[in-house]
Amino acid sequence: MTVQKEEGYVTADGRKIGGTLMEMKNITLRFGGVKAITDISFDIKEGEIRAIIGPNGAGKSSMLNVISGFYVPQEGEVWFRGAKRPPMKPYEVAQQGIARTFQNIALFEGMSVLDNVMTGRLNNMKTNMFQQAIWKGKAEKEEVENREVVEKIIDFLEIQSIRKTPVARLPYGLKKRVELARALAAEPKLLLLDEPMAGMNVEEKEDMSRFILDVNDEFGTTIALIEHDMGVVMDLSDRVVVMDYGKKIGDGPPDEVRNNQDVIDAYLGVAHD
Amino acid sequence: MFYREAGDFKTSYVDDNQTFPIKFDRYRYYFVLLFAFLVVPFVINDYWVNAVFMPFLIYSIAAIGLNILVGYCGQVSLGTGGFMAVGAYACYKLMTAFPEVNIFFHVLLAGGVTAVVGVLFGLPSLRIKGFYLAVATLAAQFFLVWLFNKVPWFYNYSASGQISSPERTVFGYAVTGPHTSAWATYLFCLVFVVLCAVIARNLTRGTVGRKWMAIRDMDIAAEIIGVDPLRSKLSAFAVSSFFIGISGALFFSVYLGAVEVGEAFGINKSFLVLFMIIIGGLGSIFGSFAGAAFLVLLPVLLKNVLVSGLGWPTDLAAHLEFMIVGGLIITFLIAEPHGLAQLWRVAKEKLRLWPFPH
Repeated sequence: MTVQKEEGYVTADGRKIGGTLMEMKNITLRFGGVKAITDISFDIKEGEIRAIIGPNGAGKSSMLNVISGFYVPQEGEVWFRGAKRPPMKPYEVAQQGIARTFQNIALFEGMSVLDNVMTGRLNNMKTNMFQQAIWKGKAEKEEVENREVVEKIIDFLEIQSIRKTPVARLPYGLKKRVELARALAAEPKLLLLDEPMAGMNVEEKEDMSRFILDVNDEFGTTIALIEHDMGVVMDLSDRVVVMDYGKKIGDGPPDEVRNNQDVIDAYLGVAHD
Repeated sequence: MFYREAGDFKTSYVDDNQTFPIKFDRYRYYFVLLFAFLVVPFVINDYWVNAVFMPFLIYSIAAIGLNILVGYCGQVSLGTGGFMAVGAYACYKLMTAFPEVNIFFHVLLAGGVTAVVGVLFGLPSLRIKGFYLAVATLAAQFFLVWLFNKVPWFYNYSASGQISSPERTVFGYAVTGPHTSAWATYLFCLVFVVLCAVIARNLTRGTVGRKWMAIRDMDIAAEIIGVDPLRSKLSAFAVSSFFIGISGALFFSVYLGAVEVGEAFGINKSFLVLFMIIIGGLGSIFGSFAGAAFLVLLPVLLKNVLVSGLGWPTDLAAHLEFMIVGGLIITFLIAEPHGLAQLWRVAKEKLRLWPFPH
């Protein structure tokens, strides 16, 4: 059992978790008459792995889309790094240091793995179009500097051998890994993973779990993930938010959530009177 | 056997980022450049320049421009003819207004003017995609041609409504007007082609190009990663129109000399350049050259073989050309959507292991 304090805490395996990185305050998201998310509040602390779980249609992906700026909630506030975030475009959110992967792989199929990962770094590349057109000098220097960072990530995720392969030719599991590489290339403060293990076999899941833990451990990246595989969620995450029908029904460390009666009811179903 | 990357080790990322990473390719590229600049001008004559080289070079620039927009950024455009007309008329106005300035700068400026116009007509691309955008650019095509016909200021109130390029020189040699020599016009166009190709290559291999391709492949993911779709799409329109404007300016001033806008820059021109990049290969600089060469050479070849060789009537040969081009476009769209460039790429990949592919 972890000891939870207002500013950070220490996990069971001894990692120190920092202060609040992101805070969602009373978020409500509607699509016309449908309430996808109802009055949900939770926080994500620096350096932790935070899972969002729930049955299908619970609003998890909508929540992730709110965090990444793709949806703007009708009510509620999003606080990031101690400041209230005004409504902004998704690319501006990305520039603030939030990167994500997608439930259905959203790689750039026509480009090579290397180009895909390099695209992840575009917020760090500042040369303008005229410098790019000349290439020699600033643009080339910048390209090489960023390539070095990208190569470290390629090494880290063990995808060296497919560097120059067009993404369209890769199998599913590798595509997921390339997508993680692209998100990591941005060196995000907060990394959002939307079902990173979906459709994988046990071995691939183990690989992906290892990468997620390593990312958190080596880069200190804060991670928020959605996942259906309970075994994975309970093993990886420090704290879990449970959603059902757009409402939050549980929040806390895995052990606590596992024994929460509402959560058990949501997953196993309960007889209604 | 000689086409190998084995043993050609790259020890820096600069080396790895080269346009031609394989030694043989690199030397071939230098050889073609040297040949084009140092040999061709001495052996060239009027027939070759007017029938083959000049149209090839000028259409190459247009094809590179359109390829940046359609092939790299995924925004379909049918306004190429209209934008070429903008380049031509901008060049004409600049040539007549500032006769003392070198025509080299007029052509560049004409490209700049076209870039601005292109951005204006690119604005709808932020809201609409695919077919609908194609129709919007079609509107640009017809509007621009209409504009240049209707407003006499553009053709300096000439009685015929045509524009004709006055004589201009570069280093004392005429490149426009009636008294040009074959080699001078050829070299003048070649300089622009090399310039445009290098710029296009530099843009497409760096961040700008990756942003374009990201928009093309998956625009929503691109935006979430941090690509500003507005700036990215408009920059593609600007660069694309810049090249197309240059090609239009050269087409008018150096190649044709006198132009009637509906005839020279009609919708046919838009389709011709679009066919070039479809046959040549979308998203490839080499493909732009290949497509331009193919569609310029095909009629010349057919004419020489069928009309001069076999004595067929000219109209029959012309109709046969339509049929062949139409058939080829369908074939390429079905069998090889990435065009000649992809065939070339596959051939090179095979060649790397030839003759022992295992």
